[in-house]
Order: sequence, then structure tokens, then C-alpha cells
Amino acid sequence: MLHTVNKSPYEKNTFESCIKHAAKGSAVLLIEDGVYAVLKGSAAAAKVQQAMGDITFYALEPDVNARGLKGKVMDGINLVDYAGFVDLTVKFDRVQSWL
Amino acid sequence: MSDEEMMEGGVQKKFCYINRKAPYGTIYALESLEVVLIGAAFEQDVSLIFMDDGVFQITKGQDTAGIGMKNFSPTYRALEMYDVEKLYVSEESLAERGLTADDLLVDVEVLNAEQIRDLMEQQDVILSF
Repeated sequence: MLHTVNKSPYEKNTFESCIKHAAKGSAVLLIEDGVYAVLKGSAAAAKVQQAMGDITFYALEPDVNARGLKGKVMDGINLVDYAGFVDLTVKFDRVQSWL
Repeated sequence: MSDEEMMEGGVQKKFCYINRKAPYGTIYALESLEVVLIGAAFEQDVSLIFMDDGVFQITKGQDTAGIGMKNFSPTYRALEMYDVEKLYVSEESLAERGLTADDLLVDVEVLNAEQIRDLMEQQDVILSF
């Protein structure tokens, strides 16, 4: 399954709930304020790091760039553009949008 | 006292704007900035506090070309021209996000929670965004 998260990990527990409930082998795509989770050296990045063994993480690059995170994304995050977002929704049989 | 005298006659209050939201996911940050700019015309004693996700409003390198929204971050650099020069940032909020004052596009004073509390206590008016 593909999960999307669009809330900042510091403002809502959306990100935390998502990774807690994402099955092994699933993917998490961070969009909008969700991308703050992959800021290198942050408290949220440590949680992403922990979950990386079981979950593949993606972040939407236009949202990353808008928020000034270009070059500050932690290692191991796959950046995708809007076409890549579409490809992910096709690749996985279901999408769960965490709001 | 007439309205005109009020405007010119030095009734000056301490206004504090508290910014706690990230810039693009919601409209709060932009609305706060608009109110600060409008308020600047009234020659009040203005302070801005950036805390929690509000610190993301003033990070360097924002480029919104890909999301079709206006990048309003350069406007924070123009606040100085409106005599809005007291910008404060939460030390804890920066640290939690792996940021330092060097990551910010304006000169700020970094304060701990105790100092921010004292600053809030000194205000006449607090506007929260």
C-alpha cells in the first residue's frame, strides 16, 4: 500500500500514526507540510530513520523545494516529481491518504 | 482626544505577533505577514515571535516555482523598512528541527522558552497565528 502524509510531524500526529500502521513493504510519500519530516538532523528525521528498514520513503520534490529543504533532505529519501507521484499510485494497489 | 490626535499623538502600544505555523500548508503565515505590514503603518512597538513550525516561515532557500504558490519569504527581509525590527525565534523550536540561526533569512534574536514567556508578559496586545 502507498501512504501519503500531508501534515507537519510537529503539528499533528499524522506522520507518527502513519508509520505505526504502515505494513512492512509499504511506501510512504510525504507531500505538502509532510515533507518537513525528512529535514536532515531534525527530531522527525530520527523517526524516519528508524522506520526505513520496513518502509520505503518518498518526498514530493516541488514541496521540498518550496519549503527551503533542497540539499537538506536526509539520506535514503527518494525524491519524486508529480509524474512520479502518479507512478506510485499506479504501482501500488491501494492508496491511503493520512490527513 | 480626536481620532487624528490618537493617530499622531503617541498612543503607542506593544504589539506582539506570534507565528507558529509552517508557511504553505495553511494560510496563517501569509495572513500574519499581511496584518504585520498593515499594522506597521500605525507606528506601534511591534515584535514578532517565530516558534514551533513558525520558524519554517523564515528559512533560507524557499523556491515555490514547482507548487504554483507565491514565495512570500523575501518579504520578511523588507520588514526592517517598516521599522519592524524585533524578530525573535525559539531556540527549542530551531533545535528540534535541526536548524540554527544561520538557516534563517533575517537577523533574529534567539530566545529560550523562559525569555519568550517574559517577552509575552510585557506586551499590551498579542496576535496569534
